[in-house]
Amino acid sequence: MTILAVAMEFNIVTTSTAETIELGRKFGQQLKGGEIICLIGTLGSGKTHLIKGIADGAGADKSETNVNSPTFVLVNEYQGRFDIYHIDAYRFESIEEFEQIGFDDFCYRNSVVLIEWADKIMPALNQQDCIVIKLEHKGQNERSFHFKNISSDITL
Amino acid sequence: MQKDGKQINILAIETSCDETAAAVVTNGKIIRSSIVSSQVKLHEAYGGVVPEIASRAHIEKIYPVVQEVLNQANMTKDEIDAIAIANQPGLTVALIVGVTAAKTLAFAWGKPLIAINHIHAHMQAALLEHHEIQLPAAALVVSGGHTSIYDCHDPLAPKLLGHTIDDAAGEAFDKVASMLKLPYPGGPSIEKAAKTGNGKAIRFPRTMLDKDSLNFSFSGIKTAVLYHCQGQDMKGQSLVDKMTSQQIADIAASFQAAVIEVLVKKTKRAVKKTNAKTVLLGGGVAANSQLRQQLQQMCDNQKPAVKLLIAPKKYCTDNAVMVASLAYYKYVKNMFADLALEPKATG
Repeated sequence: MTILAVAMEFNIVTTSTAETIELGRKFGQQLKGGEIICLIGTLGSGKTHLIKGIADGAGADKSETNVNSPTFVLVNEYQGRFDIYHIDAYRFESIEEFEQIGFDDFCYRNSVVLIEWADKIMPALNQQDCIVIKLEHKGQNERSFHFKNISSDITL
Repeated sequence: MQKDGKQINILAIETSCDETAAAVVTNGKIIRSSIVSSQVKLHEAYGGVVPEIASRAHIEKIYPVVQEVLNQANMTKDEIDAIAIANQPGLTVALIVGVTAAKTLAFAWGKPLIAINHIHAHMQAALLEHHEIQLPAAALVVSGGHTSIYDCHDPLAPKLLGHTIDDAAGEAFDKVASMLKLPYPGGPSIEKAAKTGNGKAIRFPRTMLDKDSLNFSFSGIKTAVLYHCQGQDMKGQSLVDKMTSQQIADIAASFQAAVIEVLVKKTKRAVKKTNAKTVLLGGGVAANSQLRQQLQQMCDNQKPAVKLLIAPKKYCTDNAVMVASLAYYKYVKNMFADLALEPKATG
């Protein structure tokens, strides 16, 4: 008999950038490879900082300084326990543009794909089993993170 | 410097992000032709210009752009001495189009290939109109995608001293412009709005990081402007619609003042650290007049004064002239790439 991992939801509030990075780090440490992670949240809601943590947890070198926003360059690549692709959909004006940056080539067993502003390209992902993280402002320094569709053995 | 008194003509290609660009430059200084795809209408037969962030867009434009720079330079392939290509850093699917085209031309025409770093080329743009440079130099490259400081003891091997750890300065300009509902691109919009504003109206944060750090962080100021525009609880509608144009001008001016103060102070740190005699400024944000003025002031105030060289406004944003210009100095030193050259996302 196969026991299927149950998909879980979590809600977590952080009160500083350092806590946001730490939350990402914990999550990144438990990634197995092959995940596509969609981040949805407005300007300044903590997407890039969470990804700094995730990349660090996934073993990327000097993540605190090397992970930066790919808004203009569209894709950053980091090397950790996995090949990490950090995409920013902010500037995309169509699903086609997103597909043409090589998205399909980024998704494989030993890669982790992180997508900021994923709400802009969600229709392109409908065949994929994605983890979705919704980020919200709660106050000047507080941010809430709602994790959806993460595997039940992950603790945050 | 000319090899055997001969004129060296370099054809360069640049496809690291949105732009498909090519140029022919002689001896690193004399611009024979330059095309940046978004800035011109290519002949209708080639399908015109469709701004698009995609590999396909580069593929469609690369041939007409290269053909057109040769036409405009009034040259044939026989007069070209080398092919230069910006092969890093950038978007892999975009870089690969330029790299493949450059390798193909180099092979088919039997010309040497020269690999250029896109960010190093932005520094080179500051030297286009100058014939002498006193070394060592410190270079600030500031654009939508990059905010980096380099130590240029050896101009062909710049050493990275610091870079942004979150948002690039140009990205912060664009995002703040969108918060203030000013038109894209954000850099010129903010600069224009700021002209009638008071830069001291709002004290936005200046993130300097550690005492000796030459890294940058602009996500804090972006969020501070957001909270200023949206109300401290981030609930409800943006307040921007109800603001007077003076209030918007004050936000733009205060934001611009804060970003420029950080850029200038960090450059000053780099000057002290490297004992620089020259400062080079390149990248899209180098077109900002306030940044130019204040960096000039800082350089003039150094003892002894430091010379500031700035990229011509035309060549601040992505272009192939800067690639061809830097390639000339690699050409005279026989620093060639082989046909196994690959694009590289980082670097």
